[in-house]
Amino acid sequence: MTSETLRVRRADRPAQPDDRIRRFTRHLLIIGFGLVMLYPLLWMVSSSFKPTELIFREPGLFPSEASFRNYTEGWGALAHPFEHYLLNSALIAVLAIVGNLLSCSLAAYAFARVEFPLKKLWFALMLGTIMLPVHVLIVPQYVLFSKLDWINTILPLVVPKFLAHDAFFVFLMVQFIRGLPRELDEAARLDGCGHFRIFGRIVLPLCLPALATSAVFTFIWTWNDFFSQLIFLTDPDKYTVPVALRSFMDAQGQTSWGPLFAMSIVALVPIFGFFLAGQRYLTRGIATTGLK
Amino acid sequence: MSRTTTVLRRRVPPETAAPPGPDRADRPRYSRRVRDGVTGYVFLAPWLVGLVAITIGPILASLYLAFTDYSLLKPPEWVGLANFAEMLSDDRLHKSLWVTFQYVFISVPLQLVMALGLAIVLNQGIRGLSFYRSVFYLPSLLAGSVSIAILWRQIFGQDGLVNDVLAKVGIEGQSWIAHPDFALGTLVLLNGWTFGAPMVIFLAGLRQIPSSYYEAAAVDGASRWRVFVHVTLPLLTPIIFFNLVLQVIGAFQSFTQAFVISGGSGGPADSTLLFTLYLYEEGFGSFHMGYASAMAWLLLVIIATLTALNFLFAKRWVFYGDE
Repeated sequence: MTSETLRVRRADRPAQPDDRIRRFTRHLLIIGFGLVMLYPLLWMVSSSFKPTELIFREPGLFPSEASFRNYTEGWGALAHPFEHYLLNSALIAVLAIVGNLLSCSLAAYAFARVEFPLKKLWFALMLGTIMLPVHVLIVPQYVLFSKLDWINTILPLVVPKFLAHDAFFVFLMVQFIRGLPRELDEAARLDGCGHFRIFGRIVLPLCLPALATSAVFTFIWTWNDFFSQLIFLTDPDKYTVPVALRSFMDAQGQTSWGPLFAMSIVALVPIFGFFLAGQRYLTRGIATTGLK
Repeated sequence: MSRTTTVLRRRVPPETAAPPGPDRADRPRYSRRVRDGVTGYVFLAPWLVGLVAITIGPILASLYLAFTDYSLLKPPEWVGLANFAEMLSDDRLHKSLWVTFQYVFISVPLQLVMALGLAIVLNQGIRGLSFYRSVFYLPSLLAGSVSIAILWRQIFGQDGLVNDVLAKVGIEGQSWIAHPDFALGTLVLLNGWTFGAPMVIFLAGLRQIPSSYYEAAAVDGASRWRVFVHVTLPLLTPIIFFNLVLQVIGAFQSFTQAFVISGGSGGPADSTLLFTLYLYEEGFGSFHMGYASAMAWLLLVIIATLTALNFLFAKRWVFYGDE
């Protein structure tokens, strides 16, 4: 849709002889800038295959000597093999996705399609919680979770997701559901469907793009989350990937960048996978919540 | 049972009554408004429970704790305004505020200028747009991770990539993250590097500008610069504003990068002691839960004030096309 409008706009402009050169230099500039942007990442990937001495000698991307030694060394460098932390993180991420999709879609449907008393007040409160800094909540939440004996379990990280604590996704789904044609649920209503059936059979299936967006964001944010995992998981046995990486760095200091980089790459691979699979949803999600 | 049914049925105004389906003839038919009200709250229930238990409850508790001395071991002890009085004389708190303000007010404009500039270049009908957009968006997604903080720590360290490159051109570098004058700069660069998310929003905003505006400008023979200043920029101000508000709020809450790069200390010489780092240290390092709560409220007041100021000044420069 958009590329078409752009092409139309282009065509309306009188053709200029230097258009082609301009386009070429523009591509060159963008590619150059993109390389500068990505260089640190690419360099980390390449360094993870270099012997540690070479990391300090070679700013280039192509190692003169490459091996998987950093990966095998890094994998066993902590108290548990690295898959232990990967599994801890994965469990939290999967539960967070399930929780967010369930609870946020329910709340979003209510806000978008059901009329009930005080709706405007609740909606305003929901928007307000998006802006609320986590720091205002974290101390009492810590006290609450420690009273419940939930510290060093995954519960403080997972239960809030089942209670639609990430209001950003409620908002995202409200925006999406508002865009769905109302005629569909009116027709279902005439056929005798109640809200629950309209939600389950019509709205939720149509929400798939919004659900996918939320799932991808939930995964990446949960996988990356450091602050709350640092606070709620203090037992090394319960560490997730980010907390484990941090403790790895403290333990090894400056001495072993190779294994540290290798495990950092391992930590980034799932995010990169989700990014590749869901980039359409990611950019669309960012754009729609940003605009309306 | 049947009596209530008739009573309720009589209350239904004819125009809003649900059409009688054959399968519900035997069920009590409440008015659609009452039914919707109940259903709405059923749908909202998980969120409402969360709102009360893990948002509003903690907010009130935090407000109370801010006026107490609390170490988690003994019950909170009411101290009145003592925490706030202590803030006035707490040099590390002043330093952390100064560090945070520098960080926010340098890195956010840097980030937004890069985001806008690149969005405009990318929006000129370039081929491979979605590829480029993904490339520039990727760092935004990764930047919050510990991996990237580790990478940054190496890049700007004594033996890091930056000094390797400088050495090639004959400049002898130093450990940038260990120098009080430069350490914060590396964090600013890291945040600037994450301009991808605002860029995506700018791109979406640019597409919503009707092409008729550009056609009119082309008919008038306006130069590219004039088109940018008089068409693109004014029409984009709501989105610039949105990004500004969002990024300021986000930047005030940065934590991971500074925490990992400074080894949790906010060093060297507290030069990277972001407010959130100090709050973490007070609350979860020294278990001064009361003081940490008071700090959290100061942070909230600062963010709310700046957001309100943003909205106040927005009237002067944000242009809504439909006004």
